Amino acid sequence: MSYEPKIIAFCCNWCSYAAADLAGTSRMQYPPNIRIIRVMCSGMVHPEMILKSLTGGADGVMVLG
Amino acid sequence: MTLCEVTDVAGSAGDFTVTVKENPRYVDMDKCIACGECATKCPKKVDDEYNASTGKRKAVYVKYAQAVPLKYQIDAEACIWLNKPGRCGACAKICPAGAINFDDTEKTHNINVGAVVLAPGFESFDPTGTEVFGYGEYPNVITAMQLERYLSASGPTEGHLVRPSDGKPVRKVAFLQCVGSRDENLCGNGYCSSVCCMYAIKEAVIAKDHVPGLATSIFYMDMRTHGKEFDEYYTRARKESGVRFVRCRVNGVEPQGDEGDLRLHYVNEKGQQIEEYFDMVVLSVGLQTPKHVLDLAKKADIRLTPHNFAAVSDFAPVSTSQAGIFTCGAFAGPKDIPQSVMEGSAAAAAAADILAPARNELTQEKTFPPERDILGEELRIGVFVCHCGSNIAGYVDVEDVANYADTLPGVAHVERNLFTCSQDTQELMVKVIKENQLNRIVVAACTPRTHEPLFHETIKAAGLNEYLFEMANIRNQNSWVHTGDKKAATQKAKDLTRMAVAKVAWQGPLQNFAVPITRNTLVIGGGLAGLAAAHNLARQGFPVDLVERSSVLGGNAIHLHNTWSGEHIPQRMYGLIKDVRNDDLITIHMETEVVEAEGYVGNFITTLRNKNNEKRSIEHGVTIVATGGTRLMPDEYGYRDHKEVVSAIEFDKLYEIRDKQVSSSNSFVFIQCVGSRDVDRNYCSKVCCTHSVQSAIELKKENPKRRIYILYRDMRTYSQRESLYKKAREMGVIFINYELHGKPKVNKVDGSFEVEVWDHVLHRPLLIPADMIILATAIIPNNGAKKLAQLYKVPLDNFGFFQEAHAKLRPVDFATEGLFVAGMAHYPKPVEESIAQALAASARAATLLSKKQVTLDGIKAQVDPDFCDGCALCVDVCPYHAITLIESKDDQGESHNLVEVNLAHCKGCGLCQGTCPKRGISVAGFTFKQLESQIEAALAV
Repeated sequence: MSYEPKIIAFCCNWCSYAAADLAGTSRMQYPPNIRIIRVMCSGMVHPEMILKSLTGGADGVMVLG
Repeated sequence: MTLCEVTDVAGSAGDFTVTVKENPRYVDMDKCIACGECATKCPKKVDDEYNASTGKRKAVYVKYAQAVPLKYQIDAEACIWLNKPGRCGACAKICPAGAINFDDTEKTHNINVGAVVLAPGFESFDPTGTEVFGYGEYPNVITAMQLERYLSASGPTEGHLVRPSDGKPVRKVAFLQCVGSRDENLCGNGYCSSVCCMYAIKEAVIAKDHVPGLATSIFYMDMRTHGKEFDEYYTRARKESGVRFVRCRVNGVEPQGDEGDLRLHYVNEKGQQIEEYFDMVVLSVGLQTPKHVLDLAKKADIRLTPHNFAAVSDFAPVSTSQAGIFTCGAFAGPKDIPQSVMEGSAAAAAAADILAPARNELTQEKTFPPERDILGEELRIGVFVCHCGSNIAGYVDVEDVANYADTLPGVAHVERNLFTCSQDTQELMVKVIKENQLNRIVVAACTPRTHEPLFHETIKAAGLNEYLFEMANIRNQNSWVHTGDKKAATQKAKDLTRMAVAKVAWQGPLQNFAVPITRNTLVIGGGLAGLAAAHNLARQGFPVDLVERSSVLGGNAIHLHNTWSGEHIPQRMYGLIKDVRNDDLITIHMETEVVEAEGYVGNFITTLRNKNNEKRSIEHGVTIVATGGTRLMPDEYGYRDHKEVVSAIEFDKLYEIRDKQVSSSNSFVFIQCVGSRDVDRNYCSKVCCTHSVQSAIELKKENPKRRIYILYRDMRTYSQRESLYKKAREMGVIFINYELHGKPKVNKVDGSFEVEVWDHVLHRPLLIPADMIILATAIIPNNGAKKLAQLYKVPLDNFGFFQEAHAKLRPVDFATEGLFVAGMAHYPKPVEESIAQALAASARAATLLSKKQVTLDGIKAQVDPDFCDGCALCVDVCPYHAITLIESKDDQGESHNLVEVNLAHCKGCGLCQGTCPKRGISVAGFTFKQLESQIEAALAV
């Protein structure tokens, strides 16, 4: 089986989460490996959340804001 | 009401009947889910006007991806069925919601209103048919609007800049300014469109960002970047982005070869004839009033200016010539976004002035059943999986997702719905929640950004706390972006649902928070803006405390004579001051300063101190900062040494009292940008070009033999002020351009003065004998601004003017709620713009004052006293100053410090949460536990 990375993306409700919605409206295609977690600001994402993602098995973490 | 046009306006202020024609959409708004299936199947393609005809759209379409309401419509002219019924109908066959309605008809509505606001906007000048610079003839000559679309990710080339002629990448592009503006020969538009310089710079910078190595040149007459922070942007474009600026009018554009290259002829700044080649030429087209708006103005009997804009008074900048009919935006003259937004609020204030007695007469409040207490209940999560027609079900096995959801811990009930957002499903949800005693709800459907409020209402109607809810975004962020991989999309939908279930399990009820409002406003500054804001608020019925530091009301305006359009300022100021003084709702505090301030939106307490050192506290719900600006005292041009060198304001006084110094002088030299647009102060003072031109015209009118010179950097007689510039030139005023690195010199030779300046047309230095030298000195912030900013914890910009919450969209608000700014405290501006901003501040204030309380959502930071040890790291990072440290000691003298959150200030951004080393503070609805549960759930399989 080929390698399928798991990526956690923390997206700010006001910008990147909205952009991810718009990517859908525009039917832009991207790989299904990303799991988006909505936050109210990228500044809300505590470093421990990033560590938790990585130790929990995520291959990458994105903080988008 | 969309697709509507106003066909008639009858009646008078307080009682208008407006006739509105609603054109058929042929799509049922209640049913359409904007999935776009119809447009995919529609066989008819036409030019897309939103993309300025650079691309195609279908006959059934939404204007653009972010359109509000996001509902499709059918273009009746293009639609095959509507032209020949029975021929096509592909959209009706495919639409999963059955929303297509070919039998839709035109409707007429008669609406009874007290006031009308006309905000019809502008159209950009269309050079089609004029053959200007080869537009329409050479494919690589495009308008700025078309370039805007090429550069947009949602445009026809998805942001790639290619030549229309051959699709090759663009390497070199020229912008030609003032096409359809400042040009009476081409189209009769003699005015300046105000926005094109700035948009051309922006497009050039963005284009360079998109295409590394792209060369951009802007050919211009005067660079009119007079708005707040615009000159800094202009400097950055030149120095950092490398945009080239050439001051000249291009003579002609011709094709070079067969490939689509273009040859430009122009005379450069050294006077040489130049030929240069470009891949693409962009015409910076101006703004004008569309024909249908002129028709509407005629029907409403609105007076227009000679330039076809709504005629307004500078003292009532949003009031048309018809009482009760107001205007805002580019219909009252070309203007940019911040000014249009200000005028939008200003028009609301002006309308509220006449409508105040009827406030809240038509208000209806929605009621909900009492909230069920779920404390102690075991988890009973309800999951609603939406098909969204085929939008989700077409790409995701929703049955599989629903079955999977049923296996998740805590889930008590699962439903599938064709459209979870439809009215009948909402009713069904209420029933299901009640019957199954559900206590947490997950909807796996579209996006919370559009649909969360709807579902909040629904679960409230079922007696649940509205926050016991979570959405799994399985459409926008799943089915729509993985259309070719049903297996992966189904797996992802399961994961997202699992994450939502895991999160909602830790969600408790949250309460919205009501802040009472003190219905009183403190206006700081008794100048034009402060007076205008206080006057309007009082007219709306709200009490005002007006604080003025000096012993006179009126500020800078009492030193001015005429507005640009010639209205007599002293007379109008006299009337305004009298009205304010006589208004029972306005309390004036003269020779008084603000010394202390505390509180938050709805509940400020400000301490004032008068000249006798007496202090007094004022409770107020809203604060308007209108502390104005003042003039710079220059160190240049011998201003401090010679009485022949005066500032513009001083010159006005001398002229007014018919001083001999003026009447006996024959040669006048005006020097512009004294202290403005300089190294230390890289901003435009905005009013000085027009002021000098007006003075020059007066002097010439009095005695045409006078020699008058205006030495300028860029003549910024923006908008309809351009007519003054034209008039001055016609009267023989001589305009000489100089650059920052070649400032004029003032020399005293044998007791008389001469001004030395490099002439860019003659290419040699000029010596101008001058009897009087008038300096257009910069406007700077008032010296109290810094202290006031500290007291109210609001920011200042680089130059000491107050910094608004958002340069474009919130030009009168501060980031802190309940505080607003107006007039020159914000940025130098002329009379009508100060008044517009003051009215806007008043309207923004009224949005709070018209309520007894403001309701804030429950998504706020909360402190966990078990973990918070009062380290106070969060206090500093909070952008809203919502957190304070509470220090305390117990009986043993051990300190127990704790932070406290002011819920009225908190916006729930969670910067505190991201900073806290001890998990002592987190945002309700996004707690550590909830985010961790989501992470665990995401990685569980």
